[in-house]
Order: sequence, then C-alpha cells, then structure tokens
Amino acid sequence: MKRSLQGPDAVRYAAYLFLAPAVGAIALFFVVPVLAALVMSFTDFDIYSLADLTMLRFVGLRNYAELMDNPLFWKALGNTFYFVLVGGPLSVAVSLGAALLVNARLARFKSFFRTLYFLPVVTTLVAVAVIWRYFYHPRFGLLNYLLSFVGISPIDWLGDPVWAMPAIIVLAIWKSFGYNMLIFVAGLQNIPDQLYEAARIDGAGAIQAFRQITIPMLAPTSVFIVIITMIGYFQLFAEPYVMTQGGPLYSTFSIVMLMYDQGFRWWDMGYAAAVAFVLFFVILAGTMIQLRIQRVAMT
Amino acid sequence: MRKTPTMVAVAFWSLWVSLGHLGCGTARDERTVISFWALGSEGDKVRGMVMEFERTHPGISVELQQIPWTAAHEKLLTAYAGDATPDLCHLGNTWISEFVLLRALEPLDDRISRSTVLERDDFFPGVLASNVIDSAVYGIPWYVDTRVLFYRSDLLAEVGYPAGPKTWDEVITICQALQTGGHAIRYPFFFPTNEWVPAVILGVQCGSGLLREDATYGDFRGPAFRRGFDLLISFYRKGYTPVGLTEVLNRYHAFAEGYYAMYITGPWNIGEFQQRLPREMQGRWMTAPLPTADSLFPGQSLALGASLVVFRESPHKEEAWKLVEFLSTREHQLEFYKSTGNLPSRISAWDDEALASNAYVRAFRRQLDRVEPLPRVPEWEQIAMKLQYQLELAAAGELSVDETLASVDEAVDRILEKRRWVKRQAQEP
Repeated sequence: MKRSLQGPDAVRYAAYLFLAPAVGAIALFFVVPVLAALVMSFTDFDIYSLADLTMLRFVGLRNYAELMDNPLFWKALGNTFYFVLVGGPLSVAVSLGAALLVNARLARFKSFFRTLYFLPVVTTLVAVAVIWRYFYHPRFGLLNYLLSFVGISPIDWLGDPVWAMPAIIVLAIWKSFGYNMLIFVAGLQNIPDQLYEAARIDGAGAIQAFRQITIPMLAPTSVFIVIITMIGYFQLFAEPYVMTQGGPLYSTFSIVMLMYDQGFRWWDMGYAAAVAFVLFFVILAGTMIQLRIQRVAMT
Repeated sequence: MRKTPTMVAVAFWSLWVSLGHLGCGTARDERTVISFWALGSEGDKVRGMVMEFERTHPGISVELQQIPWTAAHEKLLTAYAGDATPDLCHLGNTWISEFVLLRALEPLDDRISRSTVLERDDFFPGVLASNVIDSAVYGIPWYVDTRVLFYRSDLLAEVGYPAGPKTWDEVITICQALQTGGHAIRYPFFFPTNEWVPAVILGVQCGSGLLREDATYGDFRGPAFRRGFDLLISFYRKGYTPVGLTEVLNRYHAFAEGYYAMYITGPWNIGEFQQRLPREMQGRWMTAPLPTADSLFPGQSLALGASLVVFRESPHKEEAWKLVEFLSTREHQLEFYKSTGNLPSRISAWDDEALASNAYVRAFRRQLDRVEPLPRVPEWEQIAMKLQYQLELAAAGELSVDETLASVDEAVDRILEKRRWVKRQAQEP
C-alpha cells in the first residue's frame, strides 16, 4: 500500500485524479456536443426528423455545398467581417485609450472612473438596447439632436441600411470596451516605473516613452486582447438581435444570426451545424493569422 | 470581508424560508394547474378573462405565461423537443401544420361536436379551414385577421372613387389620376417591398394555388401566379409605389401627408390609424374590401389570425378545453375585441353593436366571406421569406419577373425536397 503512494507514478496518478473532474466536465459538456454537432452537420436533421427519427438522412457535404450557394450566407459573412475589421480595432483602440486615461498619473478618482467605464460590461444588453434605441431614434433621439447643432440632418440610424451597421458597432464598442480596459490597466501597472524614469533622464518625451516603452511592454497583453476581441466580435449576435433583428435589408445580419435562424427558427439543425463549423474555421484561420502577424512583429 | 459568506448564507436562508412558505401555500391548494402560453400583447390583455375563468371554475388554476411573438416559434419548438409543452397555447394559423406534423397538437373534432358552446358553422369557413389538416380540426379560431385596403377617402373621392376601387383596373385608373393633375400624390399605392402578403394575395386572386402536386413543388412560375406578380411589379415599374424601403419611414405620417393614398394591411392598423394620424385626418380615410382580379367583388384575401390549441402531451386536456370554450364564447370574444381590437372569429359576435357600428370594421366583415387559407405545409414561412427576399430584388429591378419567379421556384423546390422524400417514404412501406 505504502509503495503505491510513492514515486513518480504515484504523482502522475494523483495529477490525473485531480484533473479528472475538469477534464470530465469538458469532455461531457464540450467535446461530446461539438462532435455531435459535427456529425449533425452531415445530416438533414429538421422538423421531420424531430417528429420521427427515421426521417433523418445522412447527406454528406450537401449542407456545406448549399451554404456556399446561399447568397444570404455571403451577405452575413460580409457583414460579420465588416463588424470585425472595423469594430475590432476601434474597440481595442478605445480600450487602450481609456486604460491610459484612468491609469495616468494626473488622473484623480481612478477607481471611480474604472468602475464607471466597466458598468456597461455588466449591464444586461436588453436594458442597454432599450436606452440605445431611444438614443438612435430618428426623431426624438439624443444623437440626432446633438448632430443638429452642427447642421447634420436627422439620420435614421437603425432604419437605414447604410447606417445600421455603424450604429451597431458604436453600441458594441461602448458595451465592451471596459473589460479590455481593465486588462490593459493591469498590463500598464506591470510596467516598472524605472523604465520611464530612465527614459526621462535620457530626455525622452511622453510620445517617445509611449512608443518605445508602453507599446512594447504591453505586447503580450495586446496579443491576448486582440485575439479575444476578434473571437468575440466574430460571434456578433445579441446586439443586432435586440436592436434590428438583422435588418434593415439584412444589413446587420451576422453569421451567428444565420445559424440561429436556420437552427431555431426553421429547425434546420443540420444546416445550422454546418454554419457553426464554417464559423469555427473562419475564427481559427483569423486567430492563426493574428498569431503569425504578432510573432513576426515581435521578432 | 470575512463576514460576507455568513451574510450570504443568512440571505439565502431567509430566501429559502420565505420560498418554503410560498411552497406550503400552493401545496395546500388542490386545484388543477393548467399552463397557458399567450403570445404577444394578447397575453397581457387576456389576464382579466383568465381570472374570471378561475373564479367561475374553482377547481382550476391557470398559469398564464406571456411570450413575445418574435421568440414564440423558437420557444414552442424547443418546448416540444424538451417535452415541456404547455397545456394550451394560441398559435398563428400558419404554424398549425408544423405542430401537427410533430404530432404535438390534440385533434379537437370530438370535443367540438360534444361542445354546447361551440358551433362549427359559427366560424368563418375560410378561417376554420386554416385549422384543418388532413380533415381533422386542430385549432379553434380565437381571433381573425385578414387584409383589406386602407385608403384616403378624400383623395379617392376627388378622382371619383369615394368608396374605393372594385377591381385592379380601377386601381390603375386611380393611380394615374392621382399622379397627374393637381393631386400630385407621389406614390398612389404603397406596396412595401418587405411584405410578401400582397404578392401572395395577387397570386391567389389570379387563381394560383402557390404550390403544386400535393404541395411538394413551388408553383410560382405557373401562369396564374405570374399574372398576379406581373401586376404587382407593374406598380414598381410605373412608379405607382416606392421601390426603396426607406422612402416611407413612417407609414402613418406619410399616409397623413398624402405621400401615398392606398395600402393593404390588417385590422391592428384601424387602432393605429385612429391614434397616430393627426386629428384633422380622421374622417378622411376608410377601409374597403380588396379589389378583385376577376368579376366577383371583393377579391380574395388571406385567412390569417390565431387559434387556441391543446397539446397532445397535456395531462389536463379536459381543463384546458374548458378554458378554450370559455374564451370562445360570444361574450368573451366581444370583450377581447374591446380590449385588444382583435376581430372575433365567431360570426354571431359581429352582430354586436360594438362591431356593427364601427365603419372601419365593416370592410373586414365583408372580406371575411372571401378569404383563402395559405398552403398548410410546415415549410410555409420559410417559403414566404424566400418569396419576400426575391420580391425585393424584383422590385429594385435587379431581376426580371421570369428570373425572379424561376429562382423562387428553385429555392422552394429545394425547401420542399424533404417533404417530397417523406411523402415517397410513406407511399412505399
């Protein structure tokens, strides 16, 4: 008995034992459903199959082929890329700016502002959407009221296909920048003060110090934030779902909305699973590209 | 900070105790609990009637849950998949075939024939037909909805049609007259490009069945639907109706200022027009039954609306049925009309002063004698969305009528592929 509790084998078994609950939970609630969804994406699981499982057919890659044929898929993919490529960088920039502000030496009430900027993150989106719908209202909205002072005629922010996506992007940034800001603040506080002191003694200005010290020292934090933001933004769903339902003219219709529509509105689960896997590969490719770029930039 | 867990524990404990008390309260209650899902604002408006039902039926307690229309379909399907359907619910007529396919609904024929409250003949035949799948009734029409013409009576009187047009030829004449002369109506007729209903109505009026071969293929390329679609598209081509959706941002405002003069829409807009149009506009608009494409006036419209259904898995079907009967009496239908503006499904209710005296409602009464149900296939909504998507392209002139209808049929045939396969499976055992 005593021998079995000693030696490297025992340590390894103990490690497995401690890992088992977490691995088990991941396997049960993540790996199994993902594999099931992968299998489902090769079937035509739909309302008929829900009524009677013998009505289920394996259709191979047909769901994927039909998806490539679907103009709405390309529209949704385009919208999603628009949101990621415009909203993502803007969101990171706003978070960094806010982090620098609340972390600045001169700033007072730091924790107050930190809390204030973090509030949108923890507010439920539905409540936010109600307020923002008023904010964007073409006739009674605050935004158009403010714009009228600089002579801009009213814009129907959520009703105009051109403006709906920018309106969603602004909302999404406002809603989410506080989270990234906190991570940036943590990153900024990890930069030793001596570096700035040394730079000042060598005669570096604020901008030089920012470019030569802050940016490189923040690189690991930035990699994390950029990738997490991109993954999150690719899964755009809740904002357009509560604000525009994908409209007008599908101008805010995203890939995840297509998946939701196919899966839960039409109960075409096989097709929806195929959409999910396409999105998975898009995000995977995006992440690989990001990592590659940042690795090149860092060397 | 160390105190926090204790405080949390105390909070939970007190919550638990108070919940426990509530639990005891309901445990002593020996009433049968039935769950009723009511969709949209009706869920709120029906509350008073449900309370009255509980008073008059002491053995039954109703758990009323309000579900927004936008999430209702998903929620019902998920409930079915998770064996958590309510005892009764109200459904849009167009959803019934889908839930019948799932074998989720209870056929009601026996109960109707045994009922002392309901009479089959007292429902509008076209509306009742939309609840019939394979000759069994699955829903009791609760309120009816159809589409009629809303028009500016002052403007149409100026060009000689104070009572509205009787035929589509007359509509064209009115459009021409309104755009010329001193009237200068920008768009005489408003056909929003994001509504499929007018396209379907015109197709049906021209004799199209929409689907063919036992509803397993699309029939949108067929000559009948094509004729109706040609007529609709001619409005866009001739500039009688706006092509861009954003040109009419506020329908009420645009109607009041004479930006457009005619619009096909449903009963909820009676209330909206009365509330939202400026006061000087009241008395200058009216409703009329739809113009016809043949010689019989009015032309067909669609049998829409919502029905009460009882779920097959319900352990309390008798009690649920009692609530259906209760809500379907003439008196409660009238009460419901007064609180919601939803039109009663029972013909006898229309004799009441509340409806008979309302001039705007009269057109609906007349229209309801000529309504057609939509194809009763589970895929219908998906088909309608495809039609709408293509209609937008056709209206914008991006596709010709031939191309549009060919691609609608192609998409519809693809949607119905499973239905064809299932039918074939059923034929060869």
